Amino acid sequence: MAMLDVKDLHVHYGAIEALKGVSLKVEPGQIVSLIGANGAGKTSLLQAISGIVKKSGGEVVFEDDSIYKVSPRKIVSSGLVQVPEGRHVFPGLSVYENLMMGAYLRKDKQGINEDLKKIYERFPILEKRKNQDASTLSGGEQQMLAMGRALMAKPKLLLLDEPSMGLAPILVKEIFSIIKDINEAGTTILLVEQNARMALQIADYAYVMETGNVALEGPASELASSKAVQEAYLGGA
Amino acid sequence: MSKNLLSRTNIIWTVLVLVLFALMTLLMQMGIINSYYQSVIFNICINIILAVSLNLIVGICGQFSLGHAGFMAIGAYSAGIITKMIPNYWGMLLGILVGFVISTVAALIVSIPTLRLKGDYLAIATLGFSEIIRICIQNMKITNGAAGLTGIPQLTTWPIFFFCMILAIMICTSFVKSAPGRACIAINDDEIAAEAMGINTTRFKVIAFVVGAILASLAGAIMANYFYVLTPGQFTFNRSIDILVMVVFGGMGSMSASVIAAILIGLLNMYLQQFTDLRMIIYGAALVLMMIFRPQGILGTWEFSLEKLLEKWKARASNKGSRRRYYG
Repeated sequence: MAMLDVKDLHVHYGAIEALKGVSLKVEPGQIVSLIGANGAGKTSLLQAISGIVKKSGGEVVFEDDSIYKVSPRKIVSSGLVQVPEGRHVFPGLSVYENLMMGAYLRKDKQGINEDLKKIYERFPILEKRKNQDASTLSGGEQQMLAMGRALMAKPKLLLLDEPSMGLAPILVKEIFSIIKDINEAGTTILLVEQNARMALQIADYAYVMETGNVALEGPASELASSKAVQEAYLGGA
Repeated sequence: MSKNLLSRTNIIWTVLVLVLFALMTLLMQMGIINSYYQSVIFNICINIILAVSLNLIVGICGQFSLGHAGFMAIGAYSAGIITKMIPNYWGMLLGILVGFVISTVAALIVSIPTLRLKGDYLAIATLGFSEIIRICIQNMKITNGAAGLTGIPQLTTWPIFFFCMILAIMICTSFVKSAPGRACIAINDDEIAAEAMGINTTRFKVIAFVVGAILASLAGAIMANYFYVLTPGQFTFNRSIDILVMVVFGGMGSMSASVIAAILIGLLNMYLQQFTDLRMIIYGAALVLMMIFRPQGILGTWEFSLEKLLEKWKARASNKGSRRRYYG
């Protein structure tokens, strides 16, 4: 049984159709990558799944329940959490407060403290900077903070929107190894990426999107070696 | 963030506030602060309440409201009408509470649909709303229409002004530090991310809006019971702008900045009393200059914190060569 099952999903921005009937499945424990060019509809798809963008047709099922018409906060509390594109930390709050914002819907104080400890272990830099305003962090630190904040919500399924955007290559590597770690610790991940090579490397399964449709799908290793993908996204063979 | 009610900073604050109160009372009783200056100070108290409460809506939550005068009018007229019928402190208390109820209802009515709007639209909606309130007051019998209410008993005294002001400041500063306050800051910082974290954005915007409206009606009520006369003309669009100027002038998002700006502008008003028309021009010019040279306001988002000041002193006292930096 798939953890997340998206069927024939449509999204419109006014007259423009951003998603023209996208179907996708995420199995529990997997990393699923979603690659594609700018404007393919990757971000729209994530935002539609997490309820931030209005859907105009289709169905989204998360753990056997339809979340098609559910509000974002109910989706978050059911365990589906998104890290928005471009990091989106709260610059006016401290690092600690940002993390606590992630646990916003949780009531179990002890669990929250334990998770906070775990996140400080995973991202030691965040503990070092916990009293600083988030606006004073570097790009990579902000990405870590955004991920840490999402983890504070105790997600079953984490939606990551372009975590490597605007980061130095060495940091991209670090972020991806962290994503892998998070997945190995038991969180299922749906990853949207421009960096197709890295995204296919760590993923179990992948989808290629083109102008609002899924153009290709398959196990990540297969896609990585497919000719079409190599030419279009990996810069030739 | 001191959870302990009897923490060192809280005690120091209490002492400072009491000393300020005693000092001012003494100066007033000795006649050094004459009745003219007294009314200036009382006006400043009212303006501080208005400024911190509007800052809660505009600075902390990022909702651009131009309707503060409307809520103030509700509070002022509720208290004015009721104290005319029951001219004692119970009447005043009842008037204040009725003002709270009406302004809460009004704030809910206006905010639930409009806080889904953003930026300019919200400003226009709240502006329209406050004009509706003013025009209603102008045309109702109980408020005596455009002629206004006269002969309202003068019940507000210096301790009441001072107490209400401190109360408003305390409510606003502790709101900022509370969980709903942080949610509001998060919404202001990044609404999409806040929504993605599961924050019910509309709900917290409404909460901030209602708290702000209640405090504005408190300011109106104590004002009505000091200045005898109420006319709808006191609650025009200009009044909302006056308050907004204080918030922007001081720095959006900083409560201490609003307090300082309200005091500075109160004093400025005193000196500009002779030329009332010029006052708005100077206001306008000051705002334009401010936007050019210091768009973040006098203090920006910097907040005065006794706790941090004490830590700083301590660090300086035990200076071991390594300089520490404090943020925020």
